[in-house]
Amino acid sequence: MDFVDYYSTLDVPKNASKEDIRKAYRKLARKYHPDVNPNDKEAHKKFQQINEANEVLSDPDKRKKYDQYGQDWKHADQFEQARQQQGRGGFGGSQAFDGGGFGGGGYTYSSADEGAFSDFFESLFGGSGGGGRRKRQSAFRGQDYTAELQLSLESAYATHKQTLTVNGKNVRITIPAGVENGQKIRLKGYGAPGANGGPAGDLYITFNIQNHTDYTRQGNDLYKTENVDLYTALLGGEKTIDTMGGKIKLKISPETQNGTKVRLKGKGFPVYKKEGSFGDLYITWNILLPTNLTEKEKQLFNELSKLSKS
Amino acid sequence: MKNEELIPLEDFCHYYNVEIAFVQSLKDSGLISITSSERSLYIELDEMPQLEKLVRLHNDLEINLPGIETICHLLEKVEKLQHEILQLKNNSAKHAAQSF
Repeated sequence: MDFVDYYSTLDVPKNASKEDIRKAYRKLARKYHPDVNPNDKEAHKKFQQINEANEVLSDPDKRKKYDQYGQDWKHADQFEQARQQQGRGGFGGSQAFDGGGFGGGGYTYSSADEGAFSDFFESLFGGSGGGGRRKRQSAFRGQDYTAELQLSLESAYATHKQTLTVNGKNVRITIPAGVENGQKIRLKGYGAPGANGGPAGDLYITFNIQNHTDYTRQGNDLYKTENVDLYTALLGGEKTIDTMGGKIKLKISPETQNGTKVRLKGKGFPVYKKEGSFGDLYITWNILLPTNLTEKEKQLFNELSKLSKS
Repeated sequence: MKNEELIPLEDFCHYYNVEIAFVQSLKDSGLISITSSERSLYIELDEMPQLEKLVRLHNDLEINLPGIETICHLLEKVEKLQHEILQLKNNSAKHAAQSF
């Protein structure tokens, strides 16, 4: 724990007036205030230092104590205890302990203030011997963070956990199945820490879902084109197809036309935050005509053609 | 809209020690929106973080309305640029990972 020079923090001389200190604080606060420095940890830290310096130098009692003990701050509590036990006589005449004004003070912390100031400050002003009432500081909510997370369509299909690194911190999140492309979720309290004990900001994650599959997604419904050979399309049959939930066998009616669409209820994409609920899957049949016909096949197709014309 | 999502403007101004006229001028500048219901003015809960920020700029940093407007426009740009940088960083990290 090092000595903190509050005068140099605010860039004011030791004999600065209250007004000089106020002006210097305002000037620096405008520069480093968390509200005007989004996602800037350094500015946030600097603002806390400025705030702490202002807290001490703008309060006559605290400034007096700070000026008196200065570099000897480590012994401040011992001096205070000794003074209380022995009275002023023991240290009378010593400039370092003269002046009083610290004993019996109702110095209290509110829980919102804890942790906002340096160890130096806590050591000098936070003990029971400290005097003077601290002016309540405004508590600032921390900045919100935004992040973008790229997911494949397959991974968005199932609820899963993922660890993200946000500003050097690992955040493990659960991504519910059915999340939409461009959807934003809020993780409360995962943003920048607040100032003066204010609550932390939130983390907003925008999902960027990349689709490298054969499916087209529209909301919770999926669309896919499947090839079927001419003979199955004409005579009917069965075909096993892949869905995102696994393979299924489909019946193909005789004389199925090219471009026919079938709806498979509940075989689409999961509905966000509705467990067990799914959209539909639409299959469009694309009928493939045979190629590289043999002589025999050509002959048979000719016969078929003549038959259909007669 | 549920009642608990609306904060009476008068209560807000009393709590934060700001003039109603100041909040209305923020609304006139398009920085916040105010909801009117049964002849009373309310602030939506979602608007609170933004309004609290503007009040802090005004009260703590002694910034006047034109200054607040300027800051808001610049902050919007800063946040947009930060978002773009993040996207570019993500993309370059992804490409670097793919090239290995």
